[in-house]
Amino acid sequence: RHHSQPAIVPQLHLLQTATAFSRSCSRPPLPSSPAIVPPLPSLPPHPADHSSSLLHQQLGKENPTWNSGSDSKMLIPQTKNIGLPLMNLMRFKGLPILQQLHIEEQLLRTSSENWCIVNDGTNDPTIVIGVSGKPAELLEIESVLDDQVPVIRRFTGGGTVIVDHGTVFVTFICNKEAVPNLQPYPRPIMSWSSSLYSKVFQGIGDFHLRENDYVFGNHKFGGNAQSITKNRWIHHTSFLWDFNVQNMSYLKHPKRAPAYRSARSHLDFICRMKDYMPRSTFMDKTVEATETQFSLRPIQLEAIRTCSEAEFCPSSRFLTNEELDAAAVALQS
Amino acid sequence: MALRMWASTTANALKISCATTKASVFSLPRCFSTVLDGLKYAESHEWVKHEGPVATIGITDHAQDHLGEVVFVELPEPGGSVSKGKGFGAVESVKATSDVNSPISGEIVEVNSKLTETPGLINSSPYEGGWMIKVKPGSPSELESLMGPKEYTKFCEEEDASH
Repeated sequence: RHHSQPAIVPQLHLLQTATAFSRSCSRPPLPSSPAIVPPLPSLPPHPADHSSSLLHQQLGKENPTWNSGSDSKMLIPQTKNIGLPLMNLMRFKGLPILQQLHIEEQLLRTSSENWCIVNDGTNDPTIVIGVSGKPAELLEIESVLDDQVPVIRRFTGGGTVIVDHGTVFVTFICNKEAVPNLQPYPRPIMSWSSSLYSKVFQGIGDFHLRENDYVFGNHKFGGNAQSITKNRWIHHTSFLWDFNVQNMSYLKHPKRAPAYRSARSHLDFICRMKDYMPRSTFMDKTVEATETQFSLRPIQLEAIRTCSEAEFCPSSRFLTNEELDAAAVALQS
Repeated sequence: MALRMWASTTANALKISCATTKASVFSLPRCFSTVLDGLKYAESHEWVKHEGPVATIGITDHAQDHLGEVVFVELPEPGGSVSKGKGFGAVESVKATSDVNSPISGEIVEVNSKLTETPGLINSSPYEGGWMIKVKPGSPSELESLMGPKEYTKFCEEEDASH
């Protein structure tokens, strides 16, 4: 199903590669009209890396740098935490969510290293449904089509979110041995991640994991999803640092909802992290908490190797207008 | 140790799953998921039942218990092929998709279409109604390298004990 053999290949800017994934790898053609495709942002140019050396040889030799626009001023010492398993850290600001998902799936399926990805907001409001989500059950499709809101089906399980510049994304991709004594199943992984975030939110807002959601009290501010392979797993979270009230109107009340939701509407169920913690503080504290278990190594976008010979085709994709229309028609009939 | 062996044998004979429901009458330790005789098992917690020219494959009671309520099953098409140790499908539970790997190589001759409408069969009947694919084995010797019931039971106990 997936080509999972990494190979040494010429460097490609990952932005170009993510585009190539979406448009040219061999997979069944989509129905006629193209999906609503937001324009790709123009990332600041990075110096081309023409080195043919393997990734790990490049690392640890440069001072950590951050994407321009990041408001973090923290530098991670290179020699700290010797003896802890290595984890590569990538930070983005405003990376389109589809590209983030493509990067994540590629790293899950083709990398043998541990990764943490922090994406500070995404460019355009986008609806993201889980792998088995049924659009007609989850979305007010007419409004979604009228307002041309993009809809992505992601490769991980879980529910539906609408993400935008107010969303902060944090992702962990790990080998199954990376966390000692952790069984690679959904609930243990969720328990591990909640203990990490407990350090971030210590003493703040009655934080805890409640039926797979991150909450302050009984208000959700973080949604989780996972994918588990034979030897690795990914756990990613979308945090509602802020949200647009109007955007929530695109989402229906899901059929499968946690008991603690108690049939509350979206706006009564969720809350904003901005009412509890500054944005940069959250991201810095998350990195600090991760550092207690891993030796973090900052990685720049273009350092990720991609394979042009054996293409990896990520499965996260936009749903087409035709698919959304058909789903709406099927529901009515 | 004797009590554990008795409990395990009883569970096997009665074919009960002692870790699936809180309402279970039998308060056996959680690690004693059902393991059936006559099947072979992979370390990634799939089972194989080889009957004549066809091998049936699914995930074990241990796996379904650890995964939680299965809400969606992704299956391949008949006519495709599977490779030993490689993923052929996935199950979704508790906000996670989990790959299901084939214990053997071969050609897929049938898939369990009931799982589309009733994915919970994997939880309620992992060895019978929850079967996932039927395969014509490409290399019958691959079955030899899989674990038998006793070996798999011990494997599960050790895995649970070490975490």
